[in-house]
Amino acid sequence: MEKQEFTIMAYTEDQVGLLQRITIIFTKRKINIESFTASESEMDGIYRFTIAVTETEELVAKVVKQIEKQVEVHKAAYFKKPEVVQQELALYKIHTETLTNGLDVERIVREHSARFLTIEKEFVVIEKAGYRREAFALFEELKPFGIKEFVLSGRVAVARNEHSIGQELIDLTEIPQ
Amino acid sequence: METVDTPTKTEVLTTNTNKRITGAEAVVNILLEEGVDLIFGYPGGAIMPVYDSLYDYQDKIHHVLARHEQGATHAAQGYARASGKVGVCLATSGPGATNLITGLADAQIDSTPLVCITGQVPSALLGSDAFQETDVIGISMPVTKWNFQVTRAEEIPGALAKAFYIARSGRPGPVLVDITKDAQFQEFDFSYEKCTSVRSYIPTPKLDISTIDKAAELINNAKRPFIVFGQGVILGNAEAEFKTFIEKTGIPSAWTIMGLSALETDHPLNVGMLGMHGNYGPNLLTNECDVLIAIGMRFDDRVTGNLSKYAKQAKVIHLEIDPAEIDKNVKTDVAVLGDCKESLSQLVKKVNPASHKIWLNRFRECDKIENEKVIQNELYPKADKLSMGEVIRIINEKTNGDAILVTDVGQHQMVACRYTKFTQSKSNITSGGLGTMGFGLPAGLGAALGAPDRTVVAVIGDGGLQMTIQEFATIYQTQAKVKVLLLNNEFLGMVRQWQQLFFDKRYSSTEMINPDFQTIAKGYFIPTNKVTDRDELEDAIAAFIDHDGAYFLEVMVGKENNVFPMVPSGSGVAEIRLE
Repeated sequence: MEKQEFTIMAYTEDQVGLLQRITIIFTKRKINIESFTASESEMDGIYRFTIAVTETEELVAKVVKQIEKQVEVHKAAYFKKPEVVQQELALYKIHTETLTNGLDVERIVREHSARFLTIEKEFVVIEKAGYRREAFALFEELKPFGIKEFVLSGRVAVARNEHSIGQELIDLTEIPQ
Repeated sequence: METVDTPTKTEVLTTNTNKRITGAEAVVNILLEEGVDLIFGYPGGAIMPVYDSLYDYQDKIHHVLARHEQGATHAAQGYARASGKVGVCLATSGPGATNLITGLADAQIDSTPLVCITGQVPSALLGSDAFQETDVIGISMPVTKWNFQVTRAEEIPGALAKAFYIARSGRPGPVLVDITKDAQFQEFDFSYEKCTSVRSYIPTPKLDISTIDKAAELINNAKRPFIVFGQGVILGNAEAEFKTFIEKTGIPSAWTIMGLSALETDHPLNVGMLGMHGNYGPNLLTNECDVLIAIGMRFDDRVTGNLSKYAKQAKVIHLEIDPAEIDKNVKTDVAVLGDCKESLSQLVKKVNPASHKIWLNRFRECDKIENEKVIQNELYPKADKLSMGEVIRIINEKTNGDAILVTDVGQHQMVACRYTKFTQSKSNITSGGLGTMGFGLPAGLGAALGAPDRTVVAVIGDGGLQMTIQEFATIYQTQAKVKVLLLNNEFLGMVRQWQQLFFDKRYSSTEMINPDFQTIAKGYFIPTNKVTDRDELEDAIAAFIDHDGAYFLEVMVGKENNVFPMVPSGSGVAEIRLE
């Protein structure tokens, strides 16, 4: 079976150590986690993990069941690339003087649908939301101007189907933890 | 402001009655509320407040002082599996906690309900590398069903209530609650309510009747159906439902090592044991059945051998409580998720009465071959040296199959599991999944305490015995009536067997120059005997079984005997070797 990009989503309780409990499932099978994002979800008191991996579907399906087996996990599921709307966020810090030496940087930022997050005396921060490859395309173009700092967030994603996998959990939120 | 009153020490607190007590007293009160009257442990600095509190309840809770925390965990496992109750362990922080890990891992892989409570350094010192500090939550995470660190006394009732519920519900397993020393000292308003649900946790999946219909259809149309069953039948208290089901359908049934004793050995549909050293018929015919029905078992690699050669011709039905086991190793055609007690009661209504005489006869023919090539010689050897099998045969004769068999890990385990007769459930206690040498002696003592009315025989090899030999002291102190049978071949026999068969007889570090086990047992004040000759064996075993109390019997057996049949590692089940 071919390896491909998957997004795993899990709805969980807010519990110290749960992140570790979930990552152990990947470590046990020596699967590299490309990114791991923990955040609030659409439901009060329910948290959401978004995990990006490149693996075979067979293995991902097994891992997802083992995630869902954890006592504090409500629901877990996996999605192929076309089944999700996904984004990553990149920040680039460059010297402010690159802006004063011509219009190239401004043009590049515009063309990449990025934006200036802040312009300080010494440096500017450019923000780009999009696919990973788009973030790296912008990186390559900004590189000649000297990137002082670069960071890329983990993947966040929502499912393309109408209902979230958390739909069936809404009644549960009435029950105290 | 809540009323502050100090309860009398021996009073058991009832649910929802607020009393101001310390965290340590709360722990002991909760144990009583959960019906615990026997615990296993070892004291130390960070758990001292709980031990101090236990001192007041000695009439209600018997604390078994193991001689090593690993021993405490295996004893708790033996207790849990013999009694069907949750095993409870207490240990201190640091090394006390790390010594629990092997037992936790064993209980996790063999689905044994344990609640382990560890002391931890005071919360203000957490993370500072304090004396006897270890991150037991982090270390135990991969080998527990659930764990939790308590840093405030008020968290104790909630955490322990959840711990007991999670350990025993659904697919059972070990849990660990780590309690900082300051939380044990802290006073708080105590009340306790047992946990009956956790909102993010579904212990037993709801049975989908359509899966029962699909399974029944496959079974009703099967020509050569075959059942493989495991410990799930025992854990689900489904022995009666299981028997009704197989008797109605007439399907030959083989047990995994963990499923031993779920059905009586002599049942006409019991065709023996699966696995690497299981019986010839069930291994060989796995690859000839047309419908394979797995019940409460997880297709361990020791059962399946090479997966690419496992039951490829068969439709697979899997009755299982844990969704993560479905399709994990063997692809299932019909998954029946749920508690097998309920699934089997539903399934039995939908299946047609049948008998599969010709098919069942195939198993009996295989038995004949195995009997001739392996079993006769093992049970009635012609060689001068005693065999492990003949010892087990005589034990069967003396116990009539009513004993609890506890085993360690290795050749003696395979021989004992192959040849011991079982007449009632919960009679087999072994380290199946983890293969933990050192399991047998403490598990035997735990089983004897968990089933005081039954005969408990712990069969152990000379390697495994020396891994937890200190627990002889615990046996002496508790007067647990465990009968310890040492099958001494002066080798790490199973490794030696592999070295002989697959490593060109290069016996690398497997020969054991042993101590005098008789002197050791005497040192622990355990009655003892040693047999080297066949003519002494029967009388010695009779005395061993009849003795009222702990007893140590050492039998010297052939040094280089092998266990057969054998499915060599990497081979398919049908490639089982008889010699």
